Amino acid sequence: MTRAIRLTVNGTAHDVEVPTYRTLLDCLRCDLGLTGSKEGCGVGVCGACTVLLDGKMISSCIALAVFADGHEVTTVEGLAEDERLHPVQQAFMDAGGFQCGICTPGQVVAAKALLDANPSPSDTEIREWMLGNLCRCTGYYKIIESIRAAAAQPSRP
Amino acid sequence: MNAFDYRAPRRLDEALALLQEHGPDARVVAGGTALVTMMRQRLVRPACLVSLRDVEGLDRIEATNGAIRLGALVTHRAVEVSPLIRERLPVLAETFRRVGTVRIRHMATVGGALAHADPNQDPPVTLLALDATVEIRRASGRRELPLREFFRDYYETVLEPGELVTAVTVPLLPAASGASFVKFLPRTADDYATVAVAAIVTLEPDGQRCHQARIALGSVGMTPLRARAAEAALVGQRLDEGVLRAAGAAAKTEVDPLSDHRGSAAYKREMVSVMVGRALTQAAAAARQMARGAR
Repeated sequence: MTRAIRLTVNGTAHDVEVPTYRTLLDCLRCDLGLTGSKEGCGVGVCGACTVLLDGKMISSCIALAVFADGHEVTTVEGLAEDERLHPVQQAFMDAGGFQCGICTPGQVVAAKALLDANPSPSDTEIREWMLGNLCRCTGYYKIIESIRAAAAQPSRP
Repeated sequence: MNAFDYRAPRRLDEALALLQEHGPDARVVAGGTALVTMMRQRLVRPACLVSLRDVEGLDRIEATNGAIRLGALVTHRAVEVSPLIRERLPVLAETFRRVGTVRIRHMATVGGALAHADPNQDPPVTLLALDATVEIRRASGRRELPLREFFRDYYETVLEPGELVTAVTVPLLPAASGASFVKFLPRTADDYATVAVAAIVTLEPDGQRCHQARIALGSVGMTPLRARAAEAALVGQRLDEGVLRAAGAAAKTEVDPLSDHRGSAAYKREMVSVMVGRALTQAAAAARQMARGAR
């Protein structure tokens, strides 16, 4: 059983015919070719699949693609503007906020969502918000440092 | 996941008609955190999913007569950050704040947390201590039920095929009352608790003796449950350390936990005692403060 859905991803509208059981993550990766979001645990725990649905961060591995019908999705591919990285991405680069990189798209999207909701978070607020994004290389200090640096940027959009 | 029919009605009566039509073959989905995960693990294979996501009017948080009414589609995050709930029932905002991660709280709904009936979840524990009422609808009518009569077994409620939870109503605390929610998490902050406890203590007008107490426990039985013997041990007493310890000791006789990776059954029983004591200490202190404020 399939369904025709229309979702807006990173500002572009897409019409897709999906099986009803398609997860949003698989729709993004397989139907739309946006492979930035990763599947880690597949049960909503690890955060590698973090995307924004109408601006709110969710686990796309346990969301159905049909949930996004008529809604807006933001993925890691939508953060940079042309060649200019999003300040959160730039801060992760500058502070070395990643090691192997598999969790990084989820970390970056979660960090962007945090700064959208709370432009100057305390370290405790950063830790509490980010606790659902696991880094099995355990690069947490650099990740927190990156987010702190991004928050300190005066020109952040 | 198996193939299934997906229906996303915009009105509640349409959703109820679909549930009546499909009976036990249909499952209701809202946030999807529980159901989609179970479908991915092939634990549930519904023929039809009736989504409430587009149904209008079920996502409101309202102050009613001496209570707060939460529509079934209110997300955990919405409860956590609601200024109304933070002001009038802070224990509820605090309980929802401590569920899983922000991502999960953006998705999971109040109605879903009840209908899923996992005894390891936090919100049902606090809602049970607060003596909340569940509003249930079906195509041919509506009923209300105290939450204490709602859960039947692991992942089982009194909901019949064709019925769904549309709201939960939570009474505000009486005067001279304090509330607390505590949980023991030996592994990670987003894990299910080894033991979760919500306690409400109401003092006599003199601010000394306990007039009424309600204690609810999670993760230590087939359903979230009330610790009636512990509650009885408090009524009429001055809430000194010995009385609180006696209530904790009573509570551990009322639970039936399973041994798992969050602790053995014997360990969980001991932790019930400890955590009930801590929850009561906090709730009693808050109640004393409210009693002082009122005098």
